[in-house]
Amino acid sequence: MSWIDAILQGTLLGGQYALFAAGLSLIFGVMRLVNIAHGDLIVLSAFIALVCVESLNLHPLLSIFIVCPIMFCFGYALQKVILNQILGKDILPVILVTFGISIIIQNVLFEIFSADSQRLLSGELDTLSLKLSDTLSIGWLPLIAFLASIAVITSLQFFFYKTKTGMVFRATSDNSEVVELMGVNRNHVFALAMGVALAVAALAAIFMGMRTNFDPSVGPARLIYAFEAVIIGGLGSLWGTLAGGIIIGVSQAIGANINPGWQVLSGHLVFLFILAIKPNGLFPKTKD
Amino acid sequence: MSFTNKNHNAENLSSFESENSSLRKIFIVIFILLLVMAVSLPWWGGRSDMRLVSEFCYYLVLAQLWNLIAGYGGLVSIGQHAFVGLGGYAFFIFTVYLGVHPLAAILLSGVFALIFAIPSAYLLFRLYGAYFAVGTWVLAEVYRLGFAQVTTMGGGSGMSLPINIIKKLGDSKFDREMLLYFISLILALSVIASIYFVLRSSWGLALTAIRDSETAAESLGVKKRLIKYSVYLFAAFGAGMAGSIIYLNKLRISPDSAFSVSDWTVNIIFIVVIGGLGTLEGPIIGALIFFLLREILADFGSIYMIFLGIVAVIVMLKFPKGIWGFISSYFNIEIFPVRRKLLISKKGT
Repeated sequence: MSWIDAILQGTLLGGQYALFAAGLSLIFGVMRLVNIAHGDLIVLSAFIALVCVESLNLHPLLSIFIVCPIMFCFGYALQKVILNQILGKDILPVILVTFGISIIIQNVLFEIFSADSQRLLSGELDTLSLKLSDTLSIGWLPLIAFLASIAVITSLQFFFYKTKTGMVFRATSDNSEVVELMGVNRNHVFALAMGVALAVAALAAIFMGMRTNFDPSVGPARLIYAFEAVIIGGLGSLWGTLAGGIIIGVSQAIGANINPGWQVLSGHLVFLFILAIKPNGLFPKTKD
Repeated sequence: MSFTNKNHNAENLSSFESENSSLRKIFIVIFILLLVMAVSLPWWGGRSDMRLVSEFCYYLVLAQLWNLIAGYGGLVSIGQHAFVGLGGYAFFIFTVYLGVHPLAAILLSGVFALIFAIPSAYLLFRLYGAYFAVGTWVLAEVYRLGFAQVTTMGGGSGMSLPINIIKKLGDSKFDREMLLYFISLILALSVIASIYFVLRSSWGLALTAIRDSETAAESLGVKKRLIKYSVYLFAAFGAGMAGSIIYLNKLRISPDSAFSVSDWTVNIIFIVVIGGLGTLEGPIIGALIFFLLREILADFGSIYMIFLGIVAVIVMLKFPKGIWGFISSYFNIEIFPVRRKLLISKKGT
């Protein structure tokens, strides 16, 4: 029974990793940019949520309506002011600048909030669970987080393929110069994409903060899980990212079931194994 | 072995002559003076000076190696701490468990890191650009978590180097510290010298060609895979030796310190970016600035990191060639000339 439980909990955890990864996948899809600071931006969002929850006495779920818009604006500005300057053929400046931003965010958070572990307390929701059988039950909170990630990925998919803005996003991804000729402001599109990506990251951060403790140093690990989910799923495929997240989540849960010290390691090993046998991921869509 | 197609006019087309030779001479004199000071340091400086300079040396080694793979090879790794950690752990394995003499163990640690780098490169070279970067980090995490599982080596809390092993390096404390100091200095000088000669050879030309355009380089007969593997493995070998020296100095190793991204990757990247990526002089200037700032701002902890981060971002945005790049283009000077320049032959005129 403990195995079924591990797989179930792992799947729910995987939904959360997919949510971490959705933003990363989206900006890669639109502008071939990999944001090394993604994990730290997730942690930044969690701390903003913490401030909202504590100062306004809000329920963490309600803080979504404050934190997501803030992070959307932050993403828009970040892209417009800094990252658009260095987008181009050479990927080195992008990697190094986002890496620098990652270090800045970590240390600023450390300076303000210290290294203490924090948690977004969600009251009753913390402990409520759904009983599936005598020995098997799942928490409402992980379940809501999982459903939210499916909802987010479905709506991103809808946004990309059914709306006009989505079409502009895809066109910009295919050829940003031709799109400029059609009267689209490329920089604006890129900034919007980063805004959406960080709004999704903020949502992921709030669920993360309600489920686990976080401190200023946990960003890089979130980046790595997200990255693994994106690569396993195949670059540019959102459903693939969800599958990738679930694979990482389940591998970690199974690893932890064997030996608690193996939790994170087994996720990494499964990732490396998939990289060795399917270098383009399981559901590749774009090639770069 | 030749890695590039030989050009008949190679002697006319590529030359290493520097144009501003008087300024270059001044810089070379400064460098030689610094070198003389460094070599004679044990006889006039204190123990803390020796420690500082040897620390400077291994930071410089790591910076030069990262500059080689990222600045010249275009392989932007943010996981070089993997090889520092592997080298450090290898040193403990060889000396404590296999009874190897510490000096031989330093070399063997480099080999150990190099052996691990082969499967690492095999997996990582499937990823491009930023995905390669994050991939290198994942691998470093795998090694860190792996060593944390080894209970005979203290698991997550690590282990100390027994005193009898340290005694193999010399009888008195001063002898040992002097030996350690010269090992660091020799490693730094030999790494810089070997990178310099590699870059001036046809290998270096092939390496920069790959960085500038993989496709074009390949179409001209550059063996891309061989070159990429070679620099990556060389960097792992060097970082492994540096790692063994670092933990011989520290006398204690743990997974979190040996595979620390902030110590062995973040600081190194800042040094190279601020000093000047893709030049041999850049990492030296960067390391000097890094240590200078650290001595001044050491008490500020995370503020210091924020400051370094902001400087690195601004440098990357406004002066992508770093401080040395700025000086070098302003005064038209290279101390270690490794760039190819077009010289018009005067024979016919």
